Amino acid sequence: MISIQEEQEKIVEEFAILDGDQEMANFYIMELGQKLPEMDDSDRTEQNIVKGCQSKVWLISENNAGVIKYFADSNTAITKGLVSLLIRVLSNQTANDIVNADIYFPVKIGMSRFIGTQRSNGFASMIKQMKIEALAYSVITE
Amino acid sequence: MNEKELVKDLDIETIREQFPMLKEEINGRPIIYFDNAATTQKPLIVLRALEDYYYHQNANIHRGIHALAERATAAFEETRSKAQVFINAPEKEEIIFTKGTTEGINLVASTYGRKFIKEGDEIIISTMEHHSNIVPWQILCEEKGAHLKIIPINDRGEIMFDEYEKLLTERTKIVAVVYASNSLGTINHVKDIIAKAHEVGAVTLLDGAQSTAHLDINVQNLDVDFYTLSAHKMYGPTGVGVLYGKRELLENMPPYQGGGEMIKEISFSKTTYNDIPYKFEAGTPNIADVVGFKYAMDFMDDFGKKQIREHEDEVVKYATKEISKIDGVRIIGQAENKVSVLSFDVDGVHPFDIGQMLDARGVAVRTGHHCTQPLMDRFGIEGTTRASFAVYNTVEEVDVMLDGLKRIVSFMIQ
Repeated sequence: MISIQEEQEKIVEEFAILDGDQEMANFYIMELGQKLPEMDDSDRTEQNIVKGCQSKVWLISENNAGVIKYFADSNTAITKGLVSLLIRVLSNQTANDIVNADIYFPVKIGMSRFIGTQRSNGFASMIKQMKIEALAYSVITE
Repeated sequence: MNEKELVKDLDIETIREQFPMLKEEINGRPIIYFDNAATTQKPLIVLRALEDYYYHQNANIHRGIHALAERATAAFEETRSKAQVFINAPEKEEIIFTKGTTEGINLVASTYGRKFIKEGDEIIISTMEHHSNIVPWQILCEEKGAHLKIIPINDRGEIMFDEYEKLLTERTKIVAVVYASNSLGTINHVKDIIAKAHEVGAVTLLDGAQSTAHLDINVQNLDVDFYTLSAHKMYGPTGVGVLYGKRELLENMPPYQGGGEMIKEISFSKTTYNDIPYKFEAGTPNIADVVGFKYAMDFMDDFGKKQIREHEDEVVKYATKEISKIDGVRIIGQAENKVSVLSFDVDGVHPFDIGQMLDARGVAVRTGHHCTQPLMDRFGIEGTTRASFAVYNTVEEVDVMLDGLKRIVSFMIQ
């Protein structure tokens, strides 16, 4: 299993190729979002909406013997791409590793520059929500 | 000189030279500013006036006896006289300085409304109002037990006049509508709306936030009772607006806020209020920005509203024609008579994504509900992408936006 850090390094490499071109970066993010597995309509509920995002983001998770799997969707293409990056990094990791993860790739790829402050705040809310869910599982597991 | 020659005289490059902001770069590309309905950029003449005020005129106004206070007061009052002429108000005392359109509407709702609206009275607004011409009336209605009635609009985004007439009764006390819609661009037939309201004895208020920069405003010809505007949407500084009101209405209204400037005499047992306009201008006003506002009106007068409008019209008509050729684009607001606002929806593409992709190309547009949520509900959408044009925009800039839009649309539907 690839580690949280290894996956982040892969993302940093991918974005390095785009050489800071904001338009290309956004297209790439949307492309990644399109590859995200479809979420069931029944999971797109008010309860599963991540608070603090301007776009709608639905997030659910499941715990398979301490390994957490995330599923997400959004009503906007760029945000869907952003959450897909987080799923790459955090899904299929242990609850403990997720809670303790240092998510540094957004800073390294200069994400706030091409997604702006509002979306950056929303992105931080997604990370927080994913960690909260992992924390809840880790408490249950203990 | 005939009209055509006048239009030819409007040299857009020379105009652009007067806006330092237009030399900025966003993401390494020249900025293309299409968010003028939110706020316009400011010409040098305004920026220099602001600097000049703080360098050479700054003092508190009115009560001072010293030379600087005289200078500041004169400059401040000069803007009042200019605004009077700019909207053709009969008297300069009918010009009240506010923070902006929103405050103007709130002032009327909470002073005129507080005194004259009674239980069972009716206030009429339209479906296309900005939240700032909805909420003050909702608050008033709730407080007084009055009723808010809404004029419906048709699919093109125009007020349905016959439906409006049906809403008018002897209980109608206020009719408050937008002159030009910020989301749709529709220019409403306000003169007829006002005349009909007067037939039942209602007073009228126009939200002039989007109309004043584009149309010749003549409050006497419109016979409107209250007119509100924002300086920052017409090349002026932020934080300044004007409320025009007919003298006899203003004189019968209680003060808005208590404080300095608005009193004549004060003791702990009784206070008598100052005359208009000062009765409504409690506290030290936003002097510097009021002073700067005069130069924004001078700037517009230099070119003439007619020429400004014709240029903007050319840009918005070109943009409308070309954007209609893109698959999946639906224009929201197709009224016969529009200001330079182009709101659109693209099938299957969220406005936020369009806004961000255009930003990557240095194109600033606005996305979302534009503070007109009931209007978005009317069209069954969450929001739109809105490009709004000012005198300094060009068809070449529109081409850059369209090019970016085509790329995102083809990406999304591939």
